[in-house]
This record gives sequence, structure tokens and C-alpha cells, in this order.
Amino acid sequence: MKRLIILACLLIGLASQALGAGQTLRRGNGADPQTLDPGRAQGVPESNILRDLFEGLVTEDACGNLIPGVAQSWSASPDGLTYTFQLRPTARWSNGDPVTAHDFVFSLRRTVDPATGSLYGAILEPITNAREIVAGKAKPDTLGIEALDAHTLVIHLHRPAPFLPGILAHQAAFPVHPSTVVRYGLDFVKPGRLVSNGAYRLKDWVMQSHVLLERNAAYWDDAHTGFDAVRFEATEDIYSELKRFRAGELDITDTVPSMQIGWVKAHLGRALHIAPYLGVYYYGLNLTREPFDDNQALRLALALAIDRDILTSKILHGGEQPAYGFVPPMPGYHGATFPEARMNREERWQKARELYAQSGYSLQRPLEVELLYNTQSDHKILAVAVAQMWQQVLGVRVRLINQEWKVFLQTRQEKRDTQVFRAGWIGDYRDPETFLSILTSWHEMNDTGYASPTYDNALEKAMMEPDATKRFALLEQAERILLQDLPVIPLFFYSSKHLVNPDLGGYRDNIMDHHLSRWMARRKPTGQEAPICSPSS
Amino acid sequence: MLSLILRRLLQAIPTLFLLITISFAMVRAAPGGPFSTERALPPEVERALQARYHLDEPLPQQYLRYLGSVVRGDLGPSFRYEEYSVNDLIAQGIPVTARLGLFAMALALLVGIGLGIAAAWWHHSTVDRLFMLAAVTGISVPSFVLAPLFILLFAVLWHWLPAGGYAPGTIAPMVLPVLALALPQMAYIARLTRGAMLEVLRSPFIRTARAKGLGMRLILLRHALRPALIPVLSYAGPALAGLLSGSVVVEQIFGLPGIGRFFIQGALNRDYTLVMGVTILAGVVIILMNLLVDLAYMALDPRLGARG
Repeated sequence: MKRLIILACLLIGLASQALGAGQTLRRGNGADPQTLDPGRAQGVPESNILRDLFEGLVTEDACGNLIPGVAQSWSASPDGLTYTFQLRPTARWSNGDPVTAHDFVFSLRRTVDPATGSLYGAILEPITNAREIVAGKAKPDTLGIEALDAHTLVIHLHRPAPFLPGILAHQAAFPVHPSTVVRYGLDFVKPGRLVSNGAYRLKDWVMQSHVLLERNAAYWDDAHTGFDAVRFEATEDIYSELKRFRAGELDITDTVPSMQIGWVKAHLGRALHIAPYLGVYYYGLNLTREPFDDNQALRLALALAIDRDILTSKILHGGEQPAYGFVPPMPGYHGATFPEARMNREERWQKARELYAQSGYSLQRPLEVELLYNTQSDHKILAVAVAQMWQQVLGVRVRLINQEWKVFLQTRQEKRDTQVFRAGWIGDYRDPETFLSILTSWHEMNDTGYASPTYDNALEKAMMEPDATKRFALLEQAERILLQDLPVIPLFFYSSKHLVNPDLGGYRDNIMDHHLSRWMARRKPTGQEAPICSPSS
Repeated sequence: MLSLILRRLLQAIPTLFLLITISFAMVRAAPGGPFSTERALPPEVERALQARYHLDEPLPQQYLRYLGSVVRGDLGPSFRYEEYSVNDLIAQGIPVTARLGLFAMALALLVGIGLGIAAAWWHHSTVDRLFMLAAVTGISVPSFVLAPLFILLFAVLWHWLPAGGYAPGTIAPMVLPVLALALPQMAYIARLTRGAMLEVLRSPFIRTARAKGLGMRLILLRHALRPALIPVLSYAGPALAGLLSGSVVVEQIFGLPGIGRFFIQGALNRDYTLVMGVTILAGVVIILMNLLVDLAYMALDPRLGARG
């Protein structure tokens, strides 16, 4: 009997070894992907997989910098309104077909076509007619994109957009294989049918478990692909993910539970990667009802009473940076901050109390306000801390309300019951516009009811500016107006947190938190790599 | 016997109809829709999606449409996995959950009944007390406590078994989930068996058997066990159906792609059809299990067969 047990354990051990090791990269990927259709995908887990499966005209290096993808080169006209792309003649689909300019025309038209049901059609807005097509006011074939020949693609813009290459590296602009899409409809994404043009192709998808990719031998740069296979595990239970990493079953985790950061730093320090992440965590204020409509002093008072250093260093301690502006730090852009940011804590509190009194509240007649957040432990702790700060500094009475995610979204979008609500935004591409635009009066993400013609115009002006330096200056001005009006209270800028197997080479922390598997390989004993990306990235 | 089965199946129809109606109403009453996202959809895109899923029709019409497709055995398209139907998802999840539940139940029954008999055999001895102490502990420690503990010991510390994940066709990833699911059941079954066994042992026909001079072992296994199994059985049937839902937690912790996980994710994502599909499935399984238990009763206790 005893021998039998030992034998069984041995067999099981062997089987579990065979599960993962070898030339397979095993990545924890958060939630199960919703779809693998680049035109319709929306979440971070989907994007991670799609960047391995597909390649846009532009792609990213290990540091998240934009580099030529299917397009080997491109040029912009002097007015910045026409881009011409030269496609690589060696680019191939996984079935061997050449990737052509016509494929991109087909795919981008498909993304903006409302019938496709894409959430990200709007990201292509700078392209001529994109906005009209998404709104159903123009036909998809009027989109400003044309193939001059199989390897020359021209994109026409209705306004300058120096960040266009960043958009083209987004999944919404990835190509899909036209004849497969026509033949199978939505079903073209199923294993066995999906034809892709990236470093990997789809081998299998077991829903709620994993997506398995294998090397795409037809890929033009296949010689430099490190791993033969990549397995994306659905790991929405973050504590189980941590255990699986500790058991050696994952090479990269999707995240690290913030409650465990201290323990992880002490015990898995070598594997822990914390880096700035292009995102902002903020509280939105509903400007369509009392008490925040028409009361800028009150909004500023609440913003000043929050001690962001305590939030980031004592509560989260996961590398988050206190936010006094709305746009996360990014190269070349000197974001605005609210002027009081430079004061010390006492001065800030003093100012907050003055503003509070000025807006008609006092200890005898305190402000009573509701703070709404979606059910999750980190949001709760932060809400409790902020409520405490408002209470302590100003005497505000805060009622905390939490709702399950989908209920929360509905409440927030209705703008009826909310007063203060939690929100966060991760940039789609590396440009201040992706943040500043969400508070314009016309944006779908603007749940504050903020509608300032001054702000809209300032941003509009920046959007029309062809010169990159002047454009950033104009964007900065727009951000200053935003921080003057304060429809939102920024709390901190996000950080990305991953556990990465120290034996994994080619993994680089970067602000986009994009990590294409093609850059990674099992580390050879020799050759030390620089662990951080250069600041220019 | 055949008439019993037929009668039960006919009774199941109104039950299922009620189940579908109530769950349809409840699912639709929940705030937040399948397409609510942080960035509100452009109106034209939302209209296209609503039309694709017939959500633009009046609710009664949607209900009838759904009822009609269920009768034809089609549980509809999934809202979250747009390219897949609920039938696809359930077909993928059932083998995982069924294997998990059946293995766990088999293990729980085998070991549980064995321990129960042993405890009854050595009634009031140290063995009995030890077993029962272990059983009480087993019942009070739920799966969601056992599972992380197992992972910590067997996967993180000793590296014997995987901490999670699923690979079709391999056994290793199923061992810990089955154990975590089986232990509480096992403990309960052991107590149940012991209690029933002791009661049977006090009944007159056992005294008669003893008076005939039969050996204790023969009495236990041939005469006492059969009647003692009846309470175990009436527990095991619903429990097996319960494992379908009990495995929700275990599947989540171990990352197994079973029905339970689809159910949770379906509810969170407002995947209307998926939630309803799994609910209907659970209803059908419970009805079938109860029928099976009744049939097994008849096999164990011939008196019931005469009446049924």
C-alpha cells in the first residue's frame, strides 16, 4: 500500500511537471477573455493576448516604445493630415497568405462599422469620417483609408494627430483576415479557424481556464521568437494566482494582492516588479446636482483635505504616486497641478477649512455627502480613509455606499443619485489626450456632468494643433482649466504590479504595462540585462 | 416502477416551467445590463448589440422567444462570449464539474461508509471517539478553508501537486479539488452511517440473527448494512446535486473551468442566458437525483417497491 502511494505521488509529480515547464511561457492574465476578435475586444486581458496573436502597422518593443510592425516605414505630410505606410513584403498570415494594405482597409472599416458592435471604434476618431461612421451617419467605406497597392497604405485624418502611430498599435487597428471573417462571421475567432499575423497563433481556448498560443512559423520575424508556446491562464482570483506563482506554475502574474505586498516584498522580492502605470485613480463629483453644482470652493476644499501621501505610502504601498493633476507623468509632457499642491499639509488644511466655510458649511452645519464605490477591498479601504480625512479636517459627514460593478456603472452613468463616485482611467495610448478627452462634454466616459465650453474649446484647439511642442503646451493649458474647475479629485497614479520569474529574460517594466511574449525567453546563465527601460521610453 | 418514473417526469414539467419563469424575472430585474461598461457604448453600436440579442423586443416577447428555444433544447447565445452558445459553454463545463462531483462523492461514500462501519463496530472505543472527533472537525471545516490549506501544503510547500489550473486528460490538477470537496461530505456520511448502523444493531431482527449464532462480521455486512444505508442514500442524492453548486467555490479557488465558475461569472457579467441555462441545468439535475434516490430506496427496501 505504502509503495502504491509513493508511486502515485511520483506519477502525479511527473504529470504536473509536464503541465507547464519547458518552452511554454505561462502568464497569469486576470479575467477570462471575452472575445479574441481584435475589432470587438475591450479589456486588458484580451489586449494582452491579442498583442501576441496579431500585429498592427505599428507595434511595441519590450519597453513599450513604438516600433515598425507590419509597416516597415511611414511618413506624414507637412500638415500632418496624411500618413503613408510602406508594408513589409515579408509579412504573412498564419496560413501563409501575404498581409496586404487591403487587409487593413477591410479591418479598420470593420472596427468603425456599428454593426460590428465595437466599443473601440471611437479610438480611430482622428481618421476622416470615423466619428460619423460610428454614429451611423456615414457608410463604413467612406473611412479615410485607402490601399494604393498591396503594400502601400494611406490614412487620411480630419485633424492632426501626432499620436496616430500609438493608436495603430492598439488592437482596434489590428488586421483581421478578410476571407475568414467573411466566411465564418463572428465565429472566425474560434480555435482551428482564427488566422492571425502576429508572433503566435491560436492553438486552444478552454473557457474559464486558459488560452494556449503556439509559435506562428509564418511570422516575418519568427527567428527571434523566444518561446514555442504561451499559455494565458484565467486568474481572476488574485490570491490563488499568488499561490500558483509560488508553486512555480506561472512565470508572470497579472497582479499582486495589495494586502500581501509587504509579505511579497520580504519573501519574493527578487520576483516583484512594481512600475509606474499610465493610469489615474480619482473621485468624480456629480456636477448636475447639489452640493457640488456651482460650488468650486467646496470641491477644492475636499480635494485639499485629502492627504495623498498617506493613501499611497501607508495604505497602498505598492508604488502608486500621489496625484495633484489628472494626466499621469509621461515623457515630454509637463502636466499641470493644482496650485495648492506645493503647500505643506498644515497650509493645505488651513486653506481647505477656509474654502469650506466660504462655501457655507461649518461644524454646526456640516456637509453630508455620499461616496459611492464598486465592491472591492482596496476601494473600500481608500474610501474609508478619505472619509476619515474629510471628517477630521472639515467635519464632513460621509456615507459610504458600495455596489457591485455593473450596478455601480449604471448608477454612475445615470448621474441621478451619485454625489462622489470612484473612477479610474488607464490610457489607451501614450498621449495626454486619452485622459483629457474623457472629461469633455461629449465623451461617453464623462459621468460628472461637467460641460464647460471653455474646457472643450481649449482641448479642441490643442487637437487641431499640428506642431507637437505647441500641442503639448495647449494640452497643458486645458489640464489647468480642468484643475481649476475640479469636476474630479485625482487621488493617485496607478502602478503595475507583477511577479516575474527571475529566470525569465526579456521582460521589461514599462509605463504601458504591455509585454509582448515575443521578446521573452528563458534566461541563459550568461548575459545580465538592464532591468529598467530608459527614461526616454 | 415504470409508472413512478413517468409520473415523476411529468411532475417535473410544471416545476421547470416555474423555475424558468421565476429566474427569467429575477435575472432581468437585476440592475445593470450585459453591455454596461465603464465607457458607455455609442448609441448606434448599442442598438446593433440590442438587436443582435433581441433585447429591443418587449419583455413578454423575449420571454416567449426564450421559452420556445428552451423547449427545442437551445439555451440561446451567451452574452459574454459572443461567439459561443450557452449549450457550448455547458457542454464544456459539465465534464469538469461532473468528474469533480462524482469522484468527490464516490470517495466520500467509500471512505465515509467504511469509517462509519468501523466506528459502529468498535462502538464506544478509542477508535470510535477518534473517528468521530475527526468527523466533527471535518464537517465544521468547509471546503473554502480546506482548499487554500491543501494548496499551501501540497503545492507551495512540497510541490507534489499543482496549485490550480486545468489540463484536459490529466489527473493531477483534479486531486486537490476532489479532496477539498470530498472531506466535509465524507465526515458527514461517516457520522450518518455510524448512527444508522447503531440503531439497526439494536433492532429485533439483529438480535434474532445473533441468537442464531451468526458471526458479528456477517451480521454487520449482510444484515445491518443494507437498512443502515437508507439514510445515507437519502442524504447522498441531494448532496450529489448539491456538489454541483458546492463546487462553485472549489472551482473558483483551483481555477477549474466547470459549471460553477460559469455560473458566478455569468451572474457578474449579466450573461442572462448563461445564468438561466445553468439554473435550468441545476433544476434538472436535482429532479433526476431525487428520482434516482427513490429508485435506490426500492432496491434497498423491498417494502417500498410494493407500494410504489
